[in-house]
Amino acid sequence: MTKTGRTFFLRPQDMIGIAILAILLLVVLPLTLDNFRLQFVGKYLTYAFVALGLVLCWGYAGILSLGQGVFFGLGGYCMAMFLKLEASSVENTKIQTTPGIPDFMDWNQITQLPWFWEPFHHLGFTIIAVLVVPAIFAFVVGFAMFKRRVGGVYFAIITQALAAILTILIVGQQGYTGGINGITDLRTLNGWDIRTDSAKTILYFVCVGLLLASILLAYFVKSSKLGRILVAMRDKEDRVRFSGYDVSNFKVFVFCLAASLSAIGGAMFTLQVGFMSPSFVGIVPSIEMVIYTAVGGRLSILGAIYGTLLVNWAKTSFSESFPELWLFGLGGLFIAVVLTFPNGIAGLYQTYVAPRLGPLFGGAAKRSDATPPAPPSSGHAPAAAE
Amino acid sequence: MFSDYSLAELGSIFVMQGFAGLILFSVFVLMALGLAIIFGQMGVINMAHGEFMILGAYVTYFTSQFFLNFIPSLFNIYFFVAMILAFFASGALGMFIEWAMIRRLYKRPLDTLLATWGLSLILQQVYRSVFGPREVGVELPEWMMGSLPVTDMVEVQINGLFVMGLTIAITVAVAVLMYKSNWGKQVRAVVQNRVMAGAVGINTEKVDRYTFGLGCGIAGVAGSAFTMIGSTGPTSGQLYIVDTFLVVVFGGAQSLLGTIASAFTISQAQSTMEFFLSGSTAKVLTLLSVVIILMLRPQGLFVIKVRR
Repeated sequence: MTKTGRTFFLRPQDMIGIAILAILLLVVLPLTLDNFRLQFVGKYLTYAFVALGLVLCWGYAGILSLGQGVFFGLGGYCMAMFLKLEASSVENTKIQTTPGIPDFMDWNQITQLPWFWEPFHHLGFTIIAVLVVPAIFAFVVGFAMFKRRVGGVYFAIITQALAAILTILIVGQQGYTGGINGITDLRTLNGWDIRTDSAKTILYFVCVGLLLASILLAYFVKSSKLGRILVAMRDKEDRVRFSGYDVSNFKVFVFCLAASLSAIGGAMFTLQVGFMSPSFVGIVPSIEMVIYTAVGGRLSILGAIYGTLLVNWAKTSFSESFPELWLFGLGGLFIAVVLTFPNGIAGLYQTYVAPRLGPLFGGAAKRSDATPPAPPSSGHAPAAAE
Repeated sequence: MFSDYSLAELGSIFVMQGFAGLILFSVFVLMALGLAIIFGQMGVINMAHGEFMILGAYVTYFTSQFFLNFIPSLFNIYFFVAMILAFFASGALGMFIEWAMIRRLYKRPLDTLLATWGLSLILQQVYRSVFGPREVGVELPEWMMGSLPVTDMVEVQINGLFVMGLTIAITVAVAVLMYKSNWGKQVRAVVQNRVMAGAVGINTEKVDRYTFGLGCGIAGVAGSAFTMIGSTGPTSGQLYIVDTFLVVVFGGAQSLLGTIASAFTISQAQSTMEFFLSGSTAKVLTLLSVVIILMLRPQGLFVIKVRR
């Protein structure tokens, strides 16, 4: 079992796990679901990028950010700005007072494209911006806070405040950002109509591809020396510091990485759903994204993906039939996951399913990654099977 | 932005906005006091704090309805009854929650944040199902309505003055309780060194439960006061929770004096700017400056040295 395990960053059970997820997302779901439902799954998967970032940031490094919606939103808005500029070409906006600028700017008596919109005429710049803008923002925030050894609860509250600030800013600056409605009516990507069914199916596969690539990246980070330092830091920060590591640099790095991952999710969300609005930026969506990770298992890369799919699927089906019950369900989920199964689905799987599957498949069939069950953040967790 | 106004006008604008800021300050202080006790003294993040406040507001609303319909002769004093009921209702719920949920999570502060967020969602939905989604407002007794003219350009509302007086009274009461009473001594002992406090015979679990209950009870009173100046809906509590947390963190979590000072700074900054800029810009600027100051001085304005 460990023949290849030491030289390659994926253990056999990880590879099997990723393969099962890939088959599920690339083959099983597209074959069994109709287009409408498949687009839902595509939308959920964009949140999975955020959950993935949170596994690295929260699960491994112990930094709980309640502002991941900020990065999701920044990525989404970068993409939406590009699409909006393309959709508001001079021919399309002839009826406006100022043709060639987005419609909401025209409604708000703005006659010239603001400077920060200008570069979003280019797709190349946009793609770089999607990755870099949130990372720079995360760097500034993370650098300022981690260098001063602010962590834990304070960091959570401040990131939450940032989410609130950005939402108020976007809603308030209607002329520059589209306000509460967000940026809507997006049509084409470099001339390719993204509203058709076939385009949406292609985007779904692009999204799955990017997600699988991000999962591999996350596994790589996790198995590298960096990943080990992150875990060590979470469990005994002072000891890592006294061993000569600059703890804050690692924290800043993982926070920026999580931000970029969230931003990819946001950009894919804009492409698949066709709009972006401040309702995906604020406090409520940000903390909901944390619960996806918590339900899936904050220590499990694949668990977070399943958690995201499961919670969103439950949300959609509950709020379709019993809209009142959903908030009870979501609230109960928050409490239950914290009180009774802090390691989420992946933790339950490790404790109850994996030991039984072990003898059947010679121990190689572990679906979720078999991290040695470390306690979440700090303190006591139910000791799962080694 | 100042050039459009004469000096006298500017003066009265600042006074009026300062007064509006004082009302906001009172609400902040009342909410933040409870939060500062729970967060500062116990290290628990109570995201459901706003919902405890709203419970107090609903209690006040129903008390006012009860007085209006059954004993209208005593309507003038219903508020004092309502306040006491609100304190005990929120406090009792708080103690139950501490027993059922929080005490299992003392070693995992980040998890209390998630669990209490879940609690706040549940409570919001309970309020919506039980009391209806519409906002409700109480009818003020006659002596609280109207305003007092100070100069011909400046006048102050009586209900605002009342809320301020109430805030001062409660703050003094909390300070006396925390720093002069035997019980406050126990609480502070548990904060400084839990194991040692237990060793000298303090029942730390009981202290925890009553502290949490007290914090929630004060939130209930805050909700009661809140009905004087605004209407109450199932989600009103959530609007204030982030601001209040910033107030507590900005002030330095363990210091009650710091909480009051930061509540004052934030509310005055916000309401003065609100007059000259739009409401959202004022709020963004206020929150942003608080966050930036916190990045430069993460321990908050006032710090008590606690050995950890």
